[in-house]
Amino acid sequence: MAYVAVKGGEAAIDAAHAWLAEERRGDPALPELTVEQIGQQLGLAVDRVMAEGACHDRGLAALAIKQARGDLIEAAFLLRAYRTTLPRFAGSEPLDTGAMRIRRRISATYKDLPGGQVLGPTFDYTHRLLDFALAAAGEPPPPAPQAAAEAASMPRVTGILAQEGLMQAEAASDAPPPDLTREPLAFPAERPLRLQALARGDEGFLLALGYSTQRGYGNAHPFVGEIRMGEVAVEITPPELGFAIEIGDLTVTECQMVNQFAGSKTEPPQFTRGYGLVFGHAERKAMAMALVDRALRGAELGEEADAPAQSQEFVLYHCDNVEATGFVEHLKLPHYVDFQSELEKIRQLRATALREAAE
Amino acid sequence: MTGTLTAGFGEPVLDAQRCFRAVLDAMSRPGRVQRLAGLSPPLAPPAPLGAAAAAVLLTLSDADTPVWLDAGAAAEAWLRFHAGAPIVAAPAEAAFLLASGPPPALRDLAQGTDEEPHRSATLILEVAALEEGDGWRLTGPGIEHAHWLRVTGLPEGFAAAWQGNRARFPCGIDLLLCAGDRLAALPRTTALEIG
Amino acid sequence: MTAPIRSAQGGAPAGVEHRNRGPAGQISGYNVGYLDENTKRMIRRALLKAVAIPGHQVPFGSREMPLPYGWGTGGIQVTAAVIGPGDTLKVIDQGADDTTNAVSIRRFFAKVAGVATTERTAAASIIQTRHRIPETPLREGQVLVYQVPMPEPLFRLEPRVAETKRMHALADYSLMHVKLYEDIARHGHIATSYNYPVMVGGRYLMSPSPIPSFDNPKMHRMPALQLFGAGREKRIYAVPPYTDVRSLDFEDHPFEPIRADAACALCGSRESYLDEVVTDDAGGRMFVCSDTDYCTTRQAGREAAE
Repeated sequence: MAYVAVKGGEAAIDAAHAWLAEERRGDPALPELTVEQIGQQLGLAVDRVMAEGACHDRGLAALAIKQARGDLIEAAFLLRAYRTTLPRFAGSEPLDTGAMRIRRRISATYKDLPGGQVLGPTFDYTHRLLDFALAAAGEPPPPAPQAAAEAASMPRVTGILAQEGLMQAEAASDAPPPDLTREPLAFPAERPLRLQALARGDEGFLLALGYSTQRGYGNAHPFVGEIRMGEVAVEITPPELGFAIEIGDLTVTECQMVNQFAGSKTEPPQFTRGYGLVFGHAERKAMAMALVDRALRGAELGEEADAPAQSQEFVLYHCDNVEATGFVEHLKLPHYVDFQSELEKIRQLRATALREAAE
Repeated sequence: MTGTLTAGFGEPVLDAQRCFRAVLDAMSRPGRVQRLAGLSPPLAPPAPLGAAAAAVLLTLSDADTPVWLDAGAAAEAWLRFHAGAPIVAAPAEAAFLLASGPPPALRDLAQGTDEEPHRSATLILEVAALEEGDGWRLTGPGIEHAHWLRVTGLPEGFAAAWQGNRARFPCGIDLLLCAGDRLAALPRTTALEIG
Repeated sequence: MTAPIRSAQGGAPAGVEHRNRGPAGQISGYNVGYLDENTKRMIRRALLKAVAIPGHQVPFGSREMPLPYGWGTGGIQVTAAVIGPGDTLKVIDQGADDTTNAVSIRRFFAKVAGVATTERTAAASIIQTRHRIPETPLREGQVLVYQVPMPEPLFRLEPRVAETKRMHALADYSLMHVKLYEDIARHGHIATSYNYPVMVGGRYLMSPSPIPSFDNPKMHRMPALQLFGAGREKRIYAVPPYTDVRSLDFEDHPFEPIRADAACALCGSRESYLDEVVTDDAGGRMFVCSDTDYCTTRQAGREAAE
């Protein structure tokens, strides 16, 4: 019998790509989705792709979603692979989220507070009933009522607690933060590096880890001190100018979780902070990030730290979905050479075992 | 000031690749002499910086690598302009060191640590001449049996200092010897006997 | 904080210097070899330290590549940092040039580096491989680039990287010796058949990447330079030419490479590593060379002799 080794990988790849393009477009009788439509009407998907793709560009994120057929991890990967080829012109000044132009701001720790509770465009309190009216194209919704602009400032809840000395102060630092896109993770990882990894991390993974801390794996007692979402200015300081100039706005979501801390020999009991900051309107991610950030501080606060969410290596090495998806999915690549070696080894081990059993 | 600077690589991408391969070959085959020929135009760095040493620095140094050198202000300006490398005064802080005269003591350079032996310095030493075939007898990784290398113009006591360096393995520094457009390497694994 | 003044040729910002200037036939919008020059310098520095400390894993700032992590991004970054217009590239996966991922990677380099490619082991100056070492002995001047999924040989025994780093620092490999010894106590043999750990230069325990243990002896004192890239794990390591690479074993249980006891159905080789091909659902199977270039060269030689 004749055997011919499988050939034609090149042609097969071309054919697969052609088929993929056809599937992506779907029924050509229907109008093609535009990148603008994705940006406008699937805005939260765009936000997630920008956050996990670590690149703030709504247009490119929308394009990535279109190209990835709505697979958001694939889209984040496309954006990352593009991002890595971009030149680095400057590092920004720290964002001042205290000066945010707020669209949403809520606190769970106070009934009311200066600046008030601002619900903003939230799914909270919607009843999760499918709206069949959306299935038929219709008129745009009536405009939402507008309140008079609040003149009052919106101080941060953590600042209010700090005035009383109840909130552990964060040490300010002018040191440039580490950059995990240029230097690989190293352990122990300082908090700026951890936060950077978490901000790019997979929402689902952080959600599950944050959830686990609420269920006893990590002993957290969190309160949402404040969640705020809105626009902040991005500033850079060009060396030739020597002062900061504004280069644009970002929408970000910030979550500050307030956690109890029993105190130590050197510090009286006080509240400690878990911090989350994410591109776009991404409240679930910001909250999960804040929970995990606090859990990862366990060791430095002298707490017992043996839960998964408290392990730096476990969390940081596994939170990146571009890395995770690549390695999980690589299992579908051919492994037949190693499998052959395993086959021979198993046969050998079985033969030994059967022979010994017979003796 | 900039008007007096000579050019860097004529074809930055291709020249850097060519030079890197020469350095990689040199490091993989200790004692074999490589020639950095074929650059267009040939490098003409400010003296006493030689062509090979200058090419190595352009190929490997940049804003992320502190460089120490003893080759004078013109060479420093040239390197700063073409590579953007920060120049440091303390040899222990440098990732790359270029010595055209007597080098700092090897043990005073960054050695790396037991966990991170790669965080160690690379010393580029300008010498008078490099010839294969006699001189030192070199053995170690990268060498099938033995390589012979004659180096002219080394500082007094170098061989003993090198034995000390080798004894610190896996820590220790790596050495690139340059003479004009010729280059040879001694990674920290290379054993040296005076022939 | 001031940015250094930089010349146009040496230090333009990452990524911009040679966009749209590649040789004809090469994709526009990207630098030669895809990586920007800053990234190449970073990888090149890591490679030189890796060569100087054989078997030691050097961390590097691995970049996202346009192929997924786990699909050869480490090997691709190493190749991209090394390759030049004078090179001829061969890419194999499972020993074959025609497997889909090998085709994809070869195409990538033809696109971004404009280099010549070959399927002939002897004609290649750089060979990027996943899971095999070619059967044709490699020679001085060739570079073998391995794609590595998990660079840490101890990871199944100790998943914490901070711990394994400490073990390498102390050359404390007792965990691995105990594991192999337990295999022997339990099975009468060492139960590892691929990714079989090696000692490099008598100092560093190293993962040879998931090659079958059959290939391990080829690493020992190989005349070619061996470079290993792990993109997702962000590590580079190397074995210089003519360096000792020993598979771990015990005096009374020496290392034995595994190979199917058969001859290749196509070229008749009894020396090469064989793939088992299932031919029907009644237990029928045949064996053919995993190294397609080796096999076709032998077949051509036999035809010429007839």
